[in-house]
Amino acid sequence: MKSFIKDQIANITIIITFMMFILFSYVFNYTPGTKIFEDNFLQFIEEMMMFLPLMFLLIGLFDVWAPKEKIERHIGSDSGIKGAVWMILLAMLQAGPLYGAFPVSYVLYKKGASIRNIFIYLGAFSTLKIPMLSFEIGFLGLKFSLLRTILTIPVFIIIAIIMDNYLKTRNFQIKGE
Amino acid sequence: MKFLIVVTIISLIVSFIMDKNKTIAGMKKGLYLFANILPAIISIMIIVSIVLHFTPKETLIRYLGSNSGFAGYMVAAFVGSISLIPGIVAYPLAGMLIKNGVSYSIIAVFITTLTMVGIITIPMEARYFGFKTAIIRNILSFCGAIIIGIVISFLWKL
Repeated sequence: MKSFIKDQIANITIIITFMMFILFSYVFNYTPGTKIFEDNFLQFIEEMMMFLPLMFLLIGLFDVWAPKEKIERHIGSDSGIKGAVWMILLAMLQAGPLYGAFPVSYVLYKKGASIRNIFIYLGAFSTLKIPMLSFEIGFLGLKFSLLRTILTIPVFIIIAIIMDNYLKTRNFQIKGE
Repeated sequence: MKFLIVVTIISLIVSFIMDKNKTIAGMKKGLYLFANILPAIISIMIIVSIVLHFTPKETLIRYLGSNSGFAGYMVAAFVGSISLIPGIVAYPLAGMLIKNGVSYSIIAVFITTLTMVGIITIPMEARYFGFKTAIIRNILSFCGAIIIGIVISFLWKL
């Protein structure tokens, strides 16, 4: 609990200040304050509080059932198209920010993944993670999520091919820490 | 919403039948993640609620709406590139902006740059890939995000 408060100190400060501001707005009939609370904040938070606990339960379940180890076994055995598909699948099962993927890409590189496939992994990691997609569909709708996903796949594959061509002649290596 | 409730309940039951301990571990993990991200989500909601209150809807639509043109994309791409907002927080935020008149294509640029481009994390990326490679990957991703936004703006009206 103590470390939780310490980590979240900035957020907790914002929340408490806001609560006090709203309280004063009601006491002194300050309309911008009550409007911010009723028209904006309450409406947004109401929807989220129904969505989020369920979403997170699903993400937790997903995390324990996702067959990450099984897929990792395939990495490196094939550096062609099949290897790229395995990379995308592996990336989709991850969670977290992009900078968490850099150390992983070093490990995959050591396991024999090609440079092109490493950049495909980074692209898929940043845009196709299943937990993120579930949030995207929940808040922005299936149409948006489908369109964005379909357009993003060729974009990050092209980026990976460009990177591969550029680095091929330059004796490129991924460094560990 | 009903769909989500049904999916969650079915997943929980199936998972519970298959492996009780794994299910409990998963639920704990989910609720733990939720508790950790909740303060960040609430504070972002507070800040955006305040900013939206003082930004007239017309202004938002003019600069980030469907007719905002190239400048709108650049603003979204720039903000997305320098922000370090977790995706879990970014999607509710994006939902709020959509409701206030921001176009889907602008949101696509924002989400794509947010996830693919990380200017602040370039030093971290450079430690593994080298500085030049990191810069090139970020620039290509930035351009890719703009292209995705432009294509979505065309396809959205179909």
